Amino acid sequence: MAKQILKFIPVVVLLAIIPFLLPGGRLGTYYLTLTILSVSYAIACLGLTVVLGYSGQVSLAQAAFYGLGSYTLAILTVKHHWPFWPSALLGIIIPTLFGLFLGAISLRLTTHYLALVTIGFQVIISLVLNNWGTVTGGADGISNIPRPSIGPLAFTNDRAYYWLMLVFLCLAVYVVHRLRHSRLGNALLALREDEIAASAAGINLFWAKVLAFSVSAALGGLGGVLYAAGAMYISPNIYIFDQSVLFFSMTLVGGQESIIGTMLGAGLLTFLPEWLRFLKDYYIAVYGLLVIIVVLFLPEGLWGLVQRGVRAALRLMKKPRPTQTAAVVETLMSRPASVKRPVATDQVLLEVKDLHKHFGGIKAVNGVSFTVRKGDVAVLIGPNGSGKTTVLNVLSGIYEPTAGEVWFNGQNISGLKPHVINRLGIARTFQNIRLFPELTALENVIVGHYPKGRVGLAGTLLSSPRGYLEERIARERAEETLHLLGFTRIHEKAKNLPYGQQRIVEIARAMVCQPQLLLLDEPAAGMNTEETKELSHLVYRLHELGFTILLIEHDMSFVSQVATQAYVMDFGSKIAEGSVEEVLHNPAVIKAYLGDDAEYDYA
Amino acid sequence: MQVIQLLVTGLAVGSIYALVALGFVLVYTAVNVVNFAQGDFSMVAAFFMVSLVVTAHLPYALGFVISVILAGIAGYLFQLGIYQPVKNRPRNFLPVMIATVGGSIFLQHLFLILYGPVPLQLPSVFKQQTVDLGGVHVYPQYLLIIVVTAVMVALLNWFFERTKLGKQMQATAQDPTTARLMGINTARMNALTFAMSTALGGLAGILVAPVYMVTTTMGSLIGLKAFAASIVGGFSSVKGAIIGGLAIGIIETFGGTYISGAYRDAFAFIVLVLFLIFRPYGLFGEKVSQKV
Repeated sequence: MAKQILKFIPVVVLLAIIPFLLPGGRLGTYYLTLTILSVSYAIACLGLTVVLGYSGQVSLAQAAFYGLGSYTLAILTVKHHWPFWPSALLGIIIPTLFGLFLGAISLRLTTHYLALVTIGFQVIISLVLNNWGTVTGGADGISNIPRPSIGPLAFTNDRAYYWLMLVFLCLAVYVVHRLRHSRLGNALLALREDEIAASAAGINLFWAKVLAFSVSAALGGLGGVLYAAGAMYISPNIYIFDQSVLFFSMTLVGGQESIIGTMLGAGLLTFLPEWLRFLKDYYIAVYGLLVIIVVLFLPEGLWGLVQRGVRAALRLMKKPRPTQTAAVVETLMSRPASVKRPVATDQVLLEVKDLHKHFGGIKAVNGVSFTVRKGDVAVLIGPNGSGKTTVLNVLSGIYEPTAGEVWFNGQNISGLKPHVINRLGIARTFQNIRLFPELTALENVIVGHYPKGRVGLAGTLLSSPRGYLEERIARERAEETLHLLGFTRIHEKAKNLPYGQQRIVEIARAMVCQPQLLLLDEPAAGMNTEETKELSHLVYRLHELGFTILLIEHDMSFVSQVATQAYVMDFGSKIAEGSVEEVLHNPAVIKAYLGDDAEYDYA
Repeated sequence: MQVIQLLVTGLAVGSIYALVALGFVLVYTAVNVVNFAQGDFSMVAAFFMVSLVVTAHLPYALGFVISVILAGIAGYLFQLGIYQPVKNRPRNFLPVMIATVGGSIFLQHLFLILYGPVPLQLPSVFKQQTVDLGGVHVYPQYLLIIVVTAVMVALLNWFFERTKLGKQMQATAQDPTTARLMGINTARMNALTFAMSTALGGLAGILVAPVYMVTTTMGSLIGLKAFAASIVGGFSSVKGAIIGGLAIGIIETFGGTYISGAYRDAFAFIVLVLFLIFRPYGLFGEKVSQKV
């Protein structure tokens, strides 16, 4: 981690010497004022890096949090004569509380709803600042806001105050950087990439969103506090929706996921109107166009462009290394098959009792009961549309059952949230592979290890040794698991992997926590014969390792090789059960698969 | 008596929101994205109208029709520049939304450059200030808004249910793949949906312009409240957009009068937040589980 922090040192040094680089006289003073402004913007924008860049949630209320910070400081110091530092602290806490609230109601909301709620919040805050004259000073705002001092050190002149701000900027950078490289940061990225998969991997979506919003609001508040003390005068027309859009544009244009990019964006868009004086009246229109251009052509922002350029240049300088061809079958796969497979015990692990799931008038699952014993490889088979995947979605908590119960290890788990069920020891894969596409294979599996961690936000930010230990363990476990499955391209982004390999990574993500029950939803779907063969080998080996597995499958040759117990579904109901041999010869099953006239085919 | 006056005002304001909300819903059901610049097309059309009627002295009705058509063309160009390029990107919802926010800023400031910051006045087609309806004095423009909106909704209903083009658009919205297999040019249908939604927004802008002033920011609050209305209505429901729009208009008008005038603009969002907490799928929206 120390190495990663090092890259910020040149940036900090550069920022620190800016006052010496500015021209003298009034122009220099003016530029210093702008620089102070841009640092407070950068801090607010770093909040957006967390909420937009990491967790993928749109917040158009950053100016409201910025305003809450400014006004808290101004009201307490000017009207109530509080000392500076306690007021500043409250100036961070109050926006954070509002952030908690916004995060909390955002749980039910997908992107556009959430964006609108944040806009609504922004509009309401603007109205309050303008209209609640007795407290906020109304349209006149509040003046004579003091600058802070620490003991004998008074930060009254602009230069000293600027350096004080840089200290806080470094703090903000540290918080955002530390968050990104922690277990919590991984959870936020997972949330951004795929909410359902994140939830099924044991991440509590509610807390992840609340976390993102409150950190973002805290940084917005900090930026606002520093702005108010820097400008010494505030009025409500600064904290309007347009300002939120400006913060948003800064983050986006610089590079939403990158700390340096965000700071670059904040600096650039603060100074751009100065440099484009000939565009004085048009510059906001130019911002609008800039946002469109960045979204259309530079999704990683300007900093992403710079990085890509640097990488391309480095590649030209270095000789190409021969790419390693992955040995597909290794380790677990190459182990000789043991003579004896583990025999299922009598201990019932999962019991499904008369399960119903209806969608409106459609009875997707209509009274299904079955059990999985510890040590089983149970398989749920049935024609397309017979309700198998729906059963799995109910078991993993993605759907709530309409009626019936699911018992796991003697506990009724019906209707629990996916992340709770995951933590109880059921992990799953998805029929249409739900990896986190922008994360590497290794990061995907590390996210799977999330439920094993305990260190929260405080521990993460205070760099508790426990946090680092947990992160190391997660990484090691993830590497081991991938290695065990013979997977080598661990630093490749998931979206760049071929289908079969994506499936392996998804299985690794599900098994990294050593779940007591592994749910595999059509693992052979979309695979060719060779891959299917490897996969059946893999499932066989997982069973040997002691995993209890419930899988859904179409491929009969696959099923007959691995399953110890089979249940057959048709039209939402169970029509047969027994060993694979038995059910395949069951007349009801043949009828379900081949229709009533099947016998004529044999005749 | 005041109650009836307020009710008329509320229905008229609500009709404006309903028209813009309809635009949101049409685009959302067709291509699953949200156009955050939707409200700005009200502003665009209102400025066109001022140019055509006040500056160029065109007849009111002719200016009206041309402005609405221009708003539609502007919407077509907008989707060409902003939606089409990211259409095929996986998970395009967020980029499209952000790009339309950028588009909204661009449009507002483009018109600020073109027309300047001074609010412009669009006269009403009616000469007299108020009409007397059995002791109740109401603005005739409000009545016009309500009537035009009602006619427009009926027309839209006829268009989607009775015409071939309308059915093609519906088919494209419901299942683009099958629609394409049936020989429907789905790209054209989607472009047409955008154009229709912005034309509806334009219509709303021209109708409301004589009541408020014509400013470059007039569309953004209308757009936001209409968006709130469409969520209250259920977002993918045409009926919901209309009822939601009317409800927000009425709540805002009564709230602004009896509770607080200063916080008039906040009521729509308070209603929205309450809905999102207690009934997130709106009045007429179905609770859909995400497909897994």
